Amino acid sequence: MTLAAVHAGAGAAPLAVRRLGTVHYGDALALQEGLVQDRRAGRISDTLLLLQHPHVITLGSSSEPRHVLAGATERADLGIELFETGRGGDVTYHGPGQLVGYPILALEETRRDLHRYLRDLEGALIDALGALGVTAHRREGLTGVWTAGGKIAAIGVRVSSGWITSHGFALNVSTDLSYFDTIVPCGIDGCVVTSVERELGRRIPLDGVEGRVVEALARTFGRALVG
Amino acid sequence: MARIEVPMPQMGESIAEGTVSKWLKQVGQAVERDEPILEISTDKVDAEIPAPAAGTLVAIQVKEGETVEVGTIVAYIDTEAAPSGNGGAPKEAPAPPAAAPDVSPPTAAMPLGPPAPAPAPIDSAEESGSGDEGGRMRSTPVVRKIAEEHGVDIASVEGTGHAGRVTKQDILAYIEGGPTGTTAPAPTVSAPVPPRPVSAPSSGPVAKTLAAAAPSAPSDLWKTFYGQVQHPEFPVREGDRVEAMDKIRRLTADHMVVAKRIAPHVHSFIEIDFTAIDKVRRDSKKKWEAQGATVSYTAFVVWAVSRLLRDFPQINGTVSGNSIIYRGNVNVGIAVDLDPGLIVPVIRDADHLSLIGIGTKIIDLAERARARKLAPDEIQGSTFSITNPGVLGTLVGTPIIPKGTAAILGTGAIEKRVVVIEDEVSGTDAMAIRKRSIFSLGYDHRVVDGADSARFLARLKKVLEEFPGDA
Repeated sequence: MTLAAVHAGAGAAPLAVRRLGTVHYGDALALQEGLVQDRRAGRISDTLLLLQHPHVITLGSSSEPRHVLAGATERADLGIELFETGRGGDVTYHGPGQLVGYPILALEETRRDLHRYLRDLEGALIDALGALGVTAHRREGLTGVWTAGGKIAAIGVRVSSGWITSHGFALNVSTDLSYFDTIVPCGIDGCVVTSVERELGRRIPLDGVEGRVVEALARTFGRALVG
Repeated sequence: MARIEVPMPQMGESIAEGTVSKWLKQVGQAVERDEPILEISTDKVDAEIPAPAAGTLVAIQVKEGETVEVGTIVAYIDTEAAPSGNGGAPKEAPAPPAAAPDVSPPTAAMPLGPPAPAPAPIDSAEESGSGDEGGRMRSTPVVRKIAEEHGVDIASVEGTGHAGRVTKQDILAYIEGGPTGTTAPAPTVSAPVPPRPVSAPSSGPVAKTLAAAAPSAPSDLWKTFYGQVQHPEFPVREGDRVEAMDKIRRLTADHMVVAKRIAPHVHSFIEIDFTAIDKVRRDSKKKWEAQGATVSYTAFVVWAVSRLLRDFPQINGTVSGNSIIYRGNVNVGIAVDLDPGLIVPVIRDADHLSLIGIGTKIIDLAERARARKLAPDEIQGSTFSITNPGVLGTLVGTPIIPKGTAAILGTGAIEKRVVVIEDEVSGTDAMAIRKRSIFSLGYDHRVVDGADSARFLARLKKVLEEFPGDA
């Protein structure tokens, strides 16, 4: 509530934040579908889901199956599930220690630009990382957030009828980066993945990062935090 | 009057085009205003496009997988044919669950990718500078880039797009057919130009390895050459019937083109005698029947091949960039005819399965393939493939090597033939009637040498002709 007062003036659209803990990927998909419909019908306000997934590899609509390097046996050994999803983008990995954010936003007229939405998400994450002492930036033509050490956050989104967003970003906080060896991260060869922990050289609790990300998103999108 | 256009919407300032990824409504279906009728994808974003008005979807102009520029008409809705009597309540017709592994075969048919994704939109920085004369913006950056690569003056291309704009189809048709009535502008590109290069991303996830492998060649063109397929169009004649390819057919078509572009194919042939295999089948018949198992000829071939592949890592591998991947597993894909269509379920770790295990697995996979009930995992990850063109009597075939693998075995018809054998006792030649079949090995000559192939086929022949009774 105090944050709301800081970051948004009166009349700013509310943004509810729901911290869900660890959620199975399939359950999160179903939840998002329901929320998109609820948001479109005006039954809920803009909502940000924050969660972690158990180990899972997800394929976006423009994924190359060859970018999944781990065979079924290896995935089974590592306990990694495989999902095809309706978001944009290439293959990615989610797992413990990674902060996943799914903003369910009804984009207002002035924000109805797919590229702007991607750039806004990147900007918010760069701000949040900056507040944690991690210098991050965009890379031309490569959606996501990068540091000198590699890619730190992946972004893949879906915009449903009525400019309702879903899917979102995955920020590596203390992710075990070896799991990225099971895919071709970012869909490009030679892509190095990093995490907040690796960048700072010390362990950072996930909830410490959450707060920064929530603030930055509210600021970037001009939303007032509630709940 | 009542027929209204559905254009590819402008989904962002720097977005010049979109790929139709899925039609959520079909021609003839009723749509409500604002109800999603199709999905498009652009770089990192999937988006639903709602109907601009209620009515009936009467025409779909752009097929799934096609990329068109903003403003292109993708469909028509007839508002007078609006559905009646549903009380006016908007139908809850949300997008089909984007969730969960889609188990229908088309989504992940064969070890191949979905249709080429929309290329990353070209940077729009040049937007204001490089237009054609009079500041007339008759094209998108994508089109201008293609024009530039081919030394074509856009002003000389007739535009058929929205408001006379030059579309990608226009420029490609122009490049292919050449201008009429004027001297053909000579292409300024000296490197080999692949056929029908479509929009080449200037940035985005470009295959770095390709760029590295051919530093002097325009990497965009190579990327296009290996990654994208556009099938040339031909005039339709009276009495012809034109149907859109369904997804499985389109994926197959694209895959075949790409697979053949990537690998220099060579085929070698060998004739196999099935006498020993028939003996095993006869001897084991009772045992197998008791176990309820069916062991086809294909099972014998899979068993033999999977044992041999451990000794031929290059045949069980693939070229990847400037490296060779030697696969750690032996996963044998079996081509199954769906009539129409083709799918290649995979027998994972076939080298660890017994002959009966393989036979049972083949029956199970083939049945579920025909019932369209394979899981995505079951049609991915093959390291070697087997196809059986002989099943209906064809002598043998020269199959295409699935991309991402190095070889495929084709098995021909098994027929009784008169062959010359040497009598073991007397050492004299004699004629005998034997069941024989010609096998062909298609291999990627980048990684498999002719002698490797010869050794593999010779070993295969030996295993099959001296088939162990206890496999």
